[in-house]
Amino acid sequence: MSLKISSGSFENRVQRGVENDFMRQAVSSAQGRFKSGRLNAAAELGNWEDWRTLGEEIRTHTLENIDYYLQQLSEQVFKRGGHVFFAETAEEANEYIKDVIKKKNGKKVVKSKSMVTEEIGLNKALQEAGVEVVETDLGEWILQLDDDVPSHIVTPALHKNKEQIRETFAEKKGYDKSDKPEELALFAREQLRKDFLSADIGITGCNFAIAESGAVTLVTNEGNARLVTSLPDTQITVMGMERIVPTWEEMEVLVSLLTRAAVGQKLTSYITAITGTRLEGEVDGPEEYHLVVVDNGRSKILGTEFQSALHCIRCAACINVCPVYRHVGGHAYGSIYPGPIGAVITPLLDGYEDHKELPYASTLCAACTEACPVKIPLHELLIRHRQIIVEENKTSKIEKLAMKGFAKWASTPAAYKISAKMARPALKPWTKDETIKNGPGPMKGWTDIRDFPAPSRQGFRDWFKDRDKGGDA
Amino acid sequence: MKVSLFITCMCDIFASNVGKDTVEILERVGCEVDFPEQQTCCGQPAYNSGYLEESKKAMKQMMKAFKDSEYVVGPSGSCVGMLREYPKIFAGDPKWEEEANKLAAKTFEITQFLVDVMGVVDVGSSFTGKITYHPSCHMTRVLGVKEAPLKLLENVKGVELIKLPIGEDCCGFGGTFAVKSPVISGEMVMEKSRHVTETGAEYLVGGDMACLMNIGGRMTREGKNIKVAHITEILNQH
Ligand code: SF4
Repeated sequence: MSLKISSGSFENRVQRGVENDFMRQAVSSAQGRFKSGRLNAAAELGNWEDWRTLGEEIRTHTLENIDYYLQQLSEQVFKRGGHVFFAETAEEANEYIKDVIKKKNGKKVVKSKSMVTEEIGLNKALQEAGVEVVETDLGEWILQLDDDVPSHIVTPALHKNKEQIRETFAEKKGYDKSDKPEELALFAREQLRKDFLSADIGITGCNFAIAESGAVTLVTNEGNARLVTSLPDTQITVMGMERIVPTWEEMEVLVSLLTRAAVGQKLTSYITAITGTRLEGEVDGPEEYHLVVVDNGRSKILGTEFQSALHCIRCAACINVCPVYRHVGGHAYGSIYPGPIGAVITPLLDGYEDHKELPYASTLCAACTEACPVKIPLHELLIRHRQIIVEENKTSKIEKLAMKGFAKWASTPAAYKISAKMARPALKPWTKDETIKNGPGPMKGWTDIRDFPAPSRQGFRDWFKDRDKGGDA
Repeated sequence: MKVSLFITCMCDIFASNVGKDTVEILERVGCEVDFPEQQTCCGQPAYNSGYLEESKKAMKQMMKAFKDSEYVVGPSGSCVGMLREYPKIFAGDPKWEEEANKLAAKTFEITQFLVDVMGVVDVGSSFTGKITYHPSCHMTRVLGVKEAPLKLLENVKGVELIKLPIGEDCCGFGGTFAVKSPVISGEMVMEKSRHVTETGAEYLVGGDMACLMNIGGRMTREGKNIKVAHITEILNQH
């Protein structure tokens, strides 16, 4: 797996999404829960807008000085006995990690949930190298058993229901109990416990790395990251280059925003921090620690109009409010990062070629922008993508002609006025009872689904001129 | 107060009654209304599709058309929202930056103008019926107008206002999105139509004609007997 998760066409994926009633039901009810959770948590915290502004300021400052903070982070990790590797590409990251595992003669890896390792396709790379990889986040484990991909960045198996999960467990692991969530979770725990105890390498992602102290923090609810980071003697953290904060103080602000924006929690059940290796005199910590900082296209975004996309703290609030996501589901986006943030960053990381529809998978309703806890102007960035696609001459001839025509029309009042008058007679052949039900040409997309009104009988301009009182106003 | 009507191309062509109602309401609250004939479209169809240069041609025309206006008032959160974005779009443009700033500063959506500028929440209208209000996306999130329409509607005598479930969700219009992505747009408008039906309202009221055309068009297609009305239509009943 990698950033791109599908080779089918966007239209087909959308069609599959909208036809999947179960998925839509699950997504829509989850969105409802997440949304109200976020709003309540924000109200309870108070001054939410001020918090957002602070979050935005922290992210802006950090990204503007990211070279400094990354340097500081790596020095601190080094001081604490860890190794730091800067990977420019996904391949470099995977090679490095494989190498570490090989040198330790590692056979089994336990992992906690991490989007960046999905992005770089780490599991596949390790498995191909003969290493067993076990995902320990419940959602991720379900997907792994089912050979499926995440459809959401916080709750990866959102598209599956408990019956489906029961079936997967039965088929792949011989589960024979009910589809009660408690029983399913208990079974997963029992199974995973064995893996935790037998693994020799632990791999995690990173929510926030603290530059000042070299700590890497993980925000989780299941406690699995605790086990991943405390049982195996060799620890590897994989972090997207931008997942960094200057000090614990900023981390506290961002984590307050993250858990509230994500699921409406004041705090998650666990916040885990790991700082380098076990040093002399310390009672715990891994024997060996590696921090892999993944660029994979991120530094190309620095200094561009898209820099704010790197402010993302992966809370999924934008996804949880997105009506397009609700109807098509995460897989339709064809990227490991779905929803509004996915539509913004996927083309940045992986090019337009394979993802050219994503910037258009939005009505620009701005619900995402309003929800984002660090104020990324997501819908504006989508417009910017569209501008680039136009600048790069990648839109259709017909559209280009139409837009040229539009410009001429809207900048020539006389032409505009005539066409406004002509609209009614021109559409007459398709009009019945003041309604158009089967529009010509591009109107078809509209009238296939809904009626279109006939242009007004008496134009406003004539009325305004004719009326007795206001005519000379 | 002197006000220039910005009718929006949508209402100019498809809903002239909205222009008329807007004029009459403005006059009722004591404004003197003119109509700059050179106005066309705010440029949004091209702008939202990524055709920046093409959209700027429309925008420049609008800046010229309203150059001498004291206030510009329009019956659309979305189109007014677009005019308010001009300063961002023309920032650093030696010829147009100032004009863009001026136009944005004097342009208001009709309910915003009534409540925030004129200080009026009761325009003396009365209308009997059950209505539900759709708070359109650009009105609420781009322009930031959330309260004004509701305040005005609450003061209409005889009206029963019912809350629209998940009203803040987009109706699926999205300009060219409606024709470019008909499948997704269709699902969105069907859901919106369901929510409107659930309210039991007789009228769906909104401040953006395009969204109302979308939802209304779907509801008539489904054979539903719920009428759509632009908020000015309700406010101009007296
Ligand atoms: S873009 Fe904003 S809302 Fe979306 S996941 Fe990132 S931080 Fe959260």
